[in-house]
Amino acid sequence: MATELTFDAIRLPSECVALRKEVRAFIAKEMEAGTLDPHGGGIDGAYSADFSRKIGAKGWIGMTWPKKYGGHERSFLERYVVTEEFRVANAPVRLHFVADRQSGPMILKYGSERIKTDILPRICRGEVCFAIGMSEPNSGSDLFAARTKATKTKGGWLVNGTKIWTSNAHQAHYLIGLFRTAPPSKENRRHGLTQFMVDMKTPGISINPVYQMTGAHDFNEVVFEDAFMPDDHVLGEVDGAWKQATSELAFERSGPERFLETFYVLTELVRVLGERPDTRCAEGIGRLVAQVHALRRMSVSVAGMLHAGKEPVVEAAIVKDVGTIWEQKLPHKARDLAAFVAPESANRATFEERLNYATMIAPKLTIQGGTTEILRGIIARGLGLR
Amino acid sequence: MQSEHLVAEAAKRILDNVADPQSVNRAKDDAWKAPAWAALEEAGLTLAWVPEALGGAGAELADGFAVLREAGRCATALPLAETLLAGWLLAKADIASPRGAMTCAPARESERLTLSGNGTLSGILRSIPFARGAKHVAVLAGRQGGGEAVGLVDASEVHISDGSSIGGDPLNTVSFNAARPLVVKDAPAGLDRQGLLLMGAAARAMQMAGALEAILDLAVSYANERVAFERPIGKFQAVQHNLARLAGETAAAVAAAGSAADAIAHASTFDEPVFLETAAAKIRVGEAAAEGAAIAHQVLGAIGFTQEHTLHRFTRRLWAWRDDFGNESAWAVKLGNLVAAQGADGLWPMLAAR
Repeated sequence: MATELTFDAIRLPSECVALRKEVRAFIAKEMEAGTLDPHGGGIDGAYSADFSRKIGAKGWIGMTWPKKYGGHERSFLERYVVTEEFRVANAPVRLHFVADRQSGPMILKYGSERIKTDILPRICRGEVCFAIGMSEPNSGSDLFAARTKATKTKGGWLVNGTKIWTSNAHQAHYLIGLFRTAPPSKENRRHGLTQFMVDMKTPGISINPVYQMTGAHDFNEVVFEDAFMPDDHVLGEVDGAWKQATSELAFERSGPERFLETFYVLTELVRVLGERPDTRCAEGIGRLVAQVHALRRMSVSVAGMLHAGKEPVVEAAIVKDVGTIWEQKLPHKARDLAAFVAPESANRATFEERLNYATMIAPKLTIQGGTTEILRGIIARGLGLR
Repeated sequence: MQSEHLVAEAAKRILDNVADPQSVNRAKDDAWKAPAWAALEEAGLTLAWVPEALGGAGAELADGFAVLREAGRCATALPLAETLLAGWLLAKADIASPRGAMTCAPARESERLTLSGNGTLSGILRSIPFARGAKHVAVLAGRQGGGEAVGLVDASEVHISDGSSIGGDPLNTVSFNAARPLVVKDAPAGLDRQGLLLMGAAARAMQMAGALEAILDLAVSYANERVAFERPIGKFQAVQHNLARLAGETAAAVAAAGSAADAIAHASTFDEPVFLETAAAKIRVGEAAAEGAAIAHQVLGAIGFTQEHTLHRFTRRLWAWRDDFGNESAWAVKLGNLVAAQGADGLWPMLAAR
């Protein structure tokens, strides 16, 4: 086959089975204590300093990182188990999630020794929240059009410009920003961008909320006015950020959060349809379960490849493309299947509340972290069409 | 892992040699079939799942599934899956496999064959793939007094109707009218009609995953070669995005089928995890077949709709194979009922069991 896609069947090793039990016991205890409400907190992972610290103390942040930076040197598959259990429980992991998934690994790979020693152990303890500063008012999917400028000055850089759609910026301690340090070259329009680790306390940074259609405050506009970045806050090569982005994306794109974000709708659908659904509803549930099972097996398979040190960039893009389309359609399919549920049914109110929420957030699922169109471009390149 | 590759590679070499879709499509008659079958049989591939002591090659289950993926990649119009399954069923009851093509029955949940006290088989079984042309039929039958039995029946003992599937391969009704089996033995504990259907569904899912891989390959190559509006059509974003979707459907099929085959290969019985894996695979692969075939045809345009092009060898079989050993709807109702009976809070633990 000229276009071979690899999705080997992965059986999670025994340490993952033991760990899953441990995580579930922890979640059960937190639910009992009222510190984890699977039906509360905006559903998609609330921000809780206490909860993140507890998870850090458990050793479940920075699980795969070196011990000398506060990590735990566990396997990527173990991290996978923790991520999916917290995702399904709607645990309040917002504070540390981005840092654990992508900012930490980025710092580990490209940060200065001083930054690594300072930041990584704090991420592992669940103390620091990261945001990602990529998009700008005139540069969304086309990252290389970024115009926010970092100008060389004594001992560092002065940043001027505006980032937008920056999730969590109002709660973040740090942001990884993509800034223009040189104009694009004739040969390479991707040249001239540099990644920086930005301390959000830096003078010259102001944050303005951009409320979402659900009423939630997640997005922000982040304005930089002569904000000073010390030299050792540069991540990787000056002008060479484009070389650094691609391999991390496989981690970011193939995780369980890329198809489980509306999973609670399926759980509540099963609950509201009851123990003996009619044929139409049974078939509907069966198909949805088959689809999410297939997605999980794809995602676990990519995790297995990452675990083995491979870079399954195309397979990861496929997981996110197929996964986000599925989680986006799920609320609408669930609505169809529940159409004839009696109004007085016991679990109907909860189901409808979840359904309404999921329906409202569904549009973002195929936009955030790489749109469907961008992903399909990456897949097409992998197939040899570009 | 290693042996899986070796056996699958051997299968690929032979299939490329004797059943390459291009040559088969150009063939004027079925004369290619006998030598192709002989080559597969000679290599031990037709009875891969039968232990050596019972006349087979004694390969692992994983090997046989990998062979079926290769067979799907060639849209092989031979009863390879059927003979593998028949040999597997017979071996489960410690019955030796004869040479030659076989099929196995029943292939539908609702249908039942009865073994009466005098040792004869009665019943009508519909939609049996490759019954026409098979020398023997391996059957799972209910004993009149209760319990299941496995039998080996000579094809001359039964009536086999004409008929073919949408894929062009035999699909027949087999009537057993007090047919006397050559051998009959008790089925081992834990093997019932559902077990046989699951095994068949996993086998078909692997063939279908292979066929989807093949049409992805065909469609991508065509898009890179075919020029329209002064460039290869694969340069157009609309076409690229369709092909990316085909890749997504193919990926889902490969992952789901491979996972089900792996689950069966490592389980001792057809327990609940195997049921989830296999039912889900047959459902998802069936959905991918419909979606994937439609995209491949759209990309290839008129040429893909001709007899001359090999695309139909794959797409017609993809459509047909959806119905063998339980279609998407049948498995979905069963799976949905199981999930509902276990309750909402049992769903995630069930999904995360592996």
